[in-house]
Amino acid sequence: MNSFLSAPVRVIRFYYYGFRNMSLWGRKVWIIIIIKLIIIFAVLKLFFFPDLLNKNFTNDEQRSEYILDQLTKSPEFYD
Amino acid sequence: MIENVDLALVDWSRAQFALTAIYHWIFVPLTLGLSFIVAIMETIYVRTGKEEWKRLTRFWMTLFGINFAIGVATGIILEFEFGTNWSNYSWFVGDIFGAPLAIEGLLAFFLESTFVAVMFFGWNKVNKKFHLTSTWLVAIGASLSALWILVANAWMQNPVGMTFNPETARNEMIDFWAVLFNPVAVDKFLHTVTSGFLLASMFVVGVSSWFLLKKREEWFAKKSILIAALFGLFSSLTVAFTGDMSARTLADVQPMKFAAFEAHYKGKQNAGLTAFGILKNSDEKIGNKTIKKFIFRIEIPGFLSVMTGGNKDAYVPGITNLVNGDLQGAQILSVIEKMGRGGIARETLNDYKRARMTNDKEQVENILNFMKSKEFIEEYFSYFGYAFLKAPEDAIPDVSIAFYTFHLMVMLGFLFILIFILALIFAFRDTLLKNRWFLWIAMFSVPLAYIASESGWVLAEMGRQPWIIQDLMPVSAAVSQIKAGSVMTTFVLFAVLFTALLTAEVSIMIKQIKTGPNH
Repeated sequence: MNSFLSAPVRVIRFYYYGFRNMSLWGRKVWIIIIIKLIIIFAVLKLFFFPDLLNKNFTNDEQRSEYILDQLTKSPEFYD
Repeated sequence: MIENVDLALVDWSRAQFALTAIYHWIFVPLTLGLSFIVAIMETIYVRTGKEEWKRLTRFWMTLFGINFAIGVATGIILEFEFGTNWSNYSWFVGDIFGAPLAIEGLLAFFLESTFVAVMFFGWNKVNKKFHLTSTWLVAIGASLSALWILVANAWMQNPVGMTFNPETARNEMIDFWAVLFNPVAVDKFLHTVTSGFLLASMFVVGVSSWFLLKKREEWFAKKSILIAALFGLFSSLTVAFTGDMSARTLADVQPMKFAAFEAHYKGKQNAGLTAFGILKNSDEKIGNKTIKKFIFRIEIPGFLSVMTGGNKDAYVPGITNLVNGDLQGAQILSVIEKMGRGGIARETLNDYKRARMTNDKEQVENILNFMKSKEFIEEYFSYFGYAFLKAPEDAIPDVSIAFYTFHLMVMLGFLFILIFILALIFAFRDTLLKNRWFLWIAMFSVPLAYIASESGWVLAEMGRQPWIIQDLMPVSAAVSQIKAGSVMTTFVLFAVLFTALLTAEVSIMIKQIKTGPNH
C-alpha cells in the first residue's frame, strides 16, 4: 500500500525539484511558454478564433444544411 | 449576407495560414532532428561512461529544450484557423482530418511531455539507462507526432480511403489503412522527417564551426561535427532518395504540380529534367495565364521520362496537355471535361438538397443510391472541385513559384551533401581548424537549411493550387464567409506574436551558445 501511494508522491517530487532547481534559461523559457499559452488560449481563441459552425448553429443538421448550401453554389459565387 | 466570396478574404486567409505554418515550421525540423542527435550523443555517453560526452549531450539538449519550448503549441493556432477561417473545409473533411490530428495530440502530450521532463529533470535522479530510453522516446515521439500531421496533409494532396456522405455533407473515413499508407503520406513522412534531421545536422555543424572559429571548446566542437556530419550525410542522402520517390508519386497523383515545378508545358517522350533554369514570360497564353519560357536552361536529357516512367520512351504530360486534355499521349481528360463532370456532381447534390427540402422521400432515396454508386463516385464526384472553377486555366498553379522553390530546394540539398562529406573528410583527417574557409561556409549554411526546408513546404502547398483538397475542393470554396478585415487583424497579431517568439528563441539560444557547454 505504501509503495502504491509513494509512486505518485515520487512523481510529484520529481517535478517539484525539477522546477525548483531549474536553470536560468529554463526559467526564461517557462515564462515565455506561460505568456504564449495565455495569448493563444485566453486572447486569440476566446476573442478572435471562434469555431464558426459551432457558434452560428445549434446542431449538426443545421451545420450540414449550411455546408450543402455552400457546396452547391454556382462558380459565379466564387468570382 | 455576403453575395459572393471576397477575393481579399481568400487571399488574407491563405496569407495568414501560410504565415502561421512557415513560422511553426521554423521550430519543428530542429526539434525532429536535434532530438535524434542528442539521443545518439547520450548513447555514446552511456556506453563509454565518459563525462565529456555527458557535457556535450547536455549542451545540445539545452538548445533542443529552448527550441522545443518556444515552438510548442504554435501549431495549435493552425487548428484554430481551420475552425474560424476554413469552416467549410473543416466540416467537409469530417473525421478524416480530425482523427490523425487527435492521435497526434495524444502522442505529443503523453510521449513528448512525459519524457521531455525526464530528459531535463532526470539527470542524477533516474538511472542512466532510463534517462537514455526517455531521450530516445522523445525523439521517436516527435517523429511519430509529425507522422499524423503529415498523414492529414497527404490526404489533402491525394484524398483516399473515404466516401462522401451527402446527408451530413462530410467525408467519412472508410479505410484507415488507406489513409495511413497513402503513397503521398509515406513519401511525405520520410522526406519531411529526414529533411528535419538534415537541418538539425547542419545546425550542429554550423554552431560547432563557430566554436572552432573562436578557438573554443575544440574537443567538444570536433566530436559534435563528427556525429552531426555522419547523421547529416545519412539524412541528406535519404532526403534525396525520398525526394525522388515523392516526385514519382506526384507525377502520378498530382501531375499538374509535377509539370509546374519543372515548368514543363508540352508533353513528350524523352523529356529532359531541368537542373537549372531561369524563366521569363512569353507571348503565348493558356486562357489568361502567360506561358513561361526558359531564357537559360541546363537540361539532363531524357531524365524526366526515366524518373516518371522508368525509361526514355515514357511520355510525360505537360501543363498544356493537362489543361486541354490528351487522349493520345496519355489518357488525360481536359479541365473543361472535368468541370462538366464536377458540375453534374454538384447538380446531383443540389437535386438531393431540393428533394430533402420538399420532403420527397422517394427522390431522396433514389439520389442517395445514385450518389453511393461506383459510377457516380468515380466518374463525377472525383471531379467535384472542378465545378467551382470558372475557366480551365484556373487549374494551373503559379509556375514560377513552384519551379524556383523546387530547384532552390534541390540545389541546396546537393550543397548540404557536399558540406557533410567535406566535414567528415576534415574531421577524420583532423584538419578542421586548418580549413577555416570551410568553417565559415558551414556556419553560414545554417540559414540555408531553413530556406531549403521552407521552400519544400511552399512548393508542396503552392504547387497544388487551386486545391485545398486535390480535385475535390478549391481554396475559394473552403474559406469561411467572414470579413476580410478581421482576418487581416489576426494576421498582424500573429506576425507580431511569432516575431516576438522567434526573437526570444534566437536571443536565448545565442546566449546559451556563447556560454558554451560549461554552464
